[in-house]
Amino acid sequence: MEQLNNIGASLDFYIFVSIALFSIGAIGVLTRKNMIVLLMCIELMLNAVNLLLVTFSTFFGNGEAQIFVFFIIVVAAAEATIGLSILIMAYRNSKSIDIEMFNKLNG
Amino acid sequence: MSLQMISVILGSLTIASALMVILSKHPIRSVIYLVITFFFISAMYILMNAQFLAIVNMIVYAGAIMVLFLFVLMLLNLNKEMEPETTRMSLFSAIIAGGTLFLVMITALRDTFQYGKGYSAVKVPEAGLVENLGNLLFSKYLVPFEISSILFIAAMVGAVLLAKREKQVID
Repeated sequence: MEQLNNIGASLDFYIFVSIALFSIGAIGVLTRKNMIVLLMCIELMLNAVNLLLVTFSTFFGNGEAQIFVFFIIVVAAAEATIGLSILIMAYRNSKSIDIEMFNKLNG
Repeated sequence: MSLQMISVILGSLTIASALMVILSKHPIRSVIYLVITFFFISAMYILMNAQFLAIVNMIVYAGAIMVLFLFVLMLLNLNKEMEPETTRMSLFSAIIAGGTLFLVMITALRDTFQYGKGYSAVKVPEAGLVENLGNLLFSKYLVPFEISSILFIAAMVGAVLLAKREKQVID
């Protein structure tokens, strides 16, 4: 039981991993031009936030943060669906998955 | 092999596979590395005794969402010369921006690192189990849970509407 209660590494290690994941996702969003890879990097950043929430939830013994992670997963699923369908529509119209294509919207 | 060792190895593998997601040129390889990253994150959840979220993460993320990504990739049938090029300038500036973000967040949380050394045990080990989360989800968070079903219906209708649109040329 003593072994089961032990979480392995300390709090700072999990914070470090989740900050690193978030930064990698941000670098990916800034560098890649491929729309699908861009969406995947957004998923990576969402997962970094989930990891941080679960870490603090376990370290402080409060389950409510895990409910928030559950809702984040729900919203991420909806977001991925809409993003991919917009991508398919854009690909049909312009035969390209370059994100620069959206410059034509003149936003 | 202690739990400390296992979690350090898991963390470094997670970061390595996340790096491979943005470094690999082919999008299908990126998807595969992302699935591997999600499995490592699920393993970390299990290590932190959040069993429900580990299973949900595996089923929803690594199962459903990533299969959706793979399906779209295979549907689009991309070839090598369609991969958009990134300029050296944007690569350089993005690495500087991301590295600065990393450094700023690490520095802001430096005090947490000092005081967090003592916290290495789970206070309430059953916080992440299905029983506790189910009680919370169906009592205090019942209304957001029901509203999320409306969100899903909206997303479903929107996806069908967007993907079935007839051809109209942007130019």
